[in-house]
Amino acid sequence: MHNKAIIVDKLSKQFGDFKAVDEISFEVAKGEIFGFLGANGAGKTTAMKMLCGLSMPTSGNAMVAGFDVYKDNESIKKNIGYMSQKFSLYEDLTVRENIKFYAGIYGIASAVIVEKTKQLLLQLNLEKEADLLVGQLPLGWKQKLAFSVAIFHEPQIVFLDEPTGGVDPITRREFWNLIYDAAAAGITIFVTTHYMDEAEYCNRVSIMVDGKVEALDTPANLKQQFNVQSMDEVFLHLARKAKRTE
Amino acid sequence: MYKVWMKFSFIWQEKQNVPNSMKQFYHFIVKEFYHIFRDRKTLFILLGMPMVQIIIFGFALTNEVKNTKITIINQSEGASAARLVQKIESSRYFELYSQSTDAAQIDRLFKKGAVKIALVIPNDFDPSIVNQNKGQLQIIADATDPNVATALTNYLSVIVQDFQKELNSNNTIPYKMDVEARMMYNPQLKGAYNFVPGVMAMVLLLVCTMMTALTVVREKELGNMEILLASPINPIKIILAKAVPYLLLSIINITTILLLSYFVLDVPINGNLFLLYAESILFIMVSLGLGLLISAGTDSQQSAMFISLVAMFLPTVMFSGFIFPIENMPLPLRIISNFIPAKWFFIIVKSVMIKGVGLKLIWKETLILTCMMLFFFGMAIKKFKIRLA
Repeated sequence: MHNKAIIVDKLSKQFGDFKAVDEISFEVAKGEIFGFLGANGAGKTTAMKMLCGLSMPTSGNAMVAGFDVYKDNESIKKNIGYMSQKFSLYEDLTVRENIKFYAGIYGIASAVIVEKTKQLLLQLNLEKEADLLVGQLPLGWKQKLAFSVAIFHEPQIVFLDEPTGGVDPITRREFWNLIYDAAAAGITIFVTTHYMDEAEYCNRVSIMVDGKVEALDTPANLKQQFNVQSMDEVFLHLARKAKRTE
Repeated sequence: MYKVWMKFSFIWQEKQNVPNSMKQFYHFIVKEFYHIFRDRKTLFILLGMPMVQIIIFGFALTNEVKNTKITIINQSEGASAARLVQKIESSRYFELYSQSTDAAQIDRLFKKGAVKIALVIPNDFDPSIVNQNKGQLQIIADATDPNVATALTNYLSVIVQDFQKELNSNNTIPYKMDVEARMMYNPQLKGAYNFVPGVMAMVLLLVCTMMTALTVVREKELGNMEILLASPINPIKIILAKAVPYLLLSIINITTILLLSYFVLDVPINGNLFLLYAESILFIMVSLGLGLLISAGTDSQQSAMFISLVAMFLPTVMFSGFIFPIENMPLPLRIISNFIPAKWFFIIVKSVMIKGVGLKLIWKETLILTCMMLFFFGMAIKKFKIRLA
């Protein structure tokens, strides 16, 4: 119990007749990098929204960072970070202003913000760009900055919804280095992606098909289980069975 | 202004004992101000619009009579007729275009569009005044535009009445009946008295409703709304923080409009200035509530803009009584006009500013606006919450 960051038990979300998420169950350990895969329309985003407290489950149970998704919505929000597939910083604010704003709405004290901003800019090598508008930065830098902002308040878990969409392979690699650093610092990473090479970087992955979790294991074990060479093939093998399309 | 703001934010930060939730709110408002200040063009339009509107309405779009060309068919050769012509000529309302004795000229000049009004002084005008104490004049107006024709006829009649009084002052007549029409609150029949309140309603509605709707929807479009909702900040605080900067901008706009209308257009502020501001802030809140309600129901900036313009702006122009008098409308339209917030605000501003009345006489309108504000804010928050579930 204490070394689990997320515990999901038969969690479902129904929209009318449509079961977007159908009794999924899994656990994520603290400090783990957990890949949450699935084709478009498989129910990933809906499941993730329930875990982030953005959407109420229809049935089942889930504990996130030790809090119940039904009752402790507000406590969950304080203890998680979230970065969505759409770019999430404000283009007409400077790097520094963006950091200050997001840190501010998480209630971090001003003195702490100033100090941590300095460290972060140093770490990302963005000191010269601190007072540039975010809109002037290249996409890869923005993504890295967005991730750093998402974990600025030192959450227990960070949810990343397709964080590397549209980014070149080198930047993606750098982005994953940031993820590894965060995981090493004890932050649990819950990430969705469409890139199967990224799935290989995860400690464990789950693959959702038509609202259900069809497979869940380490990448190595999954490849062995399906007797294939790459995660790509594992994914195709499972996703082909899907009846739903977007 | 920007520097002052930064200084203010610095002072605020020194106070570490401010509760957390207030600080979140403050950070959010600062961010909204950044958005507004960085978008210089929009800011310029927002602050410049009231000035432009006041100037356009004040100097270009006016139905006041001023230096209108008139033709006089003077068939009388007497001194009284000459004095009348002189009087008309010297008034600032009319400018003598031509004078002749041929009545057929009128039709020709009307068709040419050279004049819109003519005065016929018949040849027995002078003798008849002297001998019978009675004179007859004929006013002929081009009524293709009925409003203008009526206005011109009225102005000319007033001048003739004036002239009559001057004649009478010399001799005493046993019976005399003076009808004196007094135009209360606006003796010079200035259009500005009517359009200044109208412009206030339009500008406030446009800035508050459309801009707030757009700013909330923009967060949705960019995908930032999800991030904000996943953060510990209360959603209600998000939408309230969006409204605060526009409240301040609108107070600046009201001040601009009042200053311009007072100093440039000579519109008096007869009532209590604080009451006028308080009522304006109430109307701003109604408009902000409306903007938030629109934003809760839409997902794209385009549709937010379309709804604000078509559903809000046009009815405001048509049903507020600012351009078309509500009393003359058929019953169904009069009923519809009751649901237009600007109608009530228009009545309030005219009452306070021009008639100088106090809250006692406009409490009903104030109450209606207060109810509308509560309704819009309530609905906006409710809709916002439903979308989260």
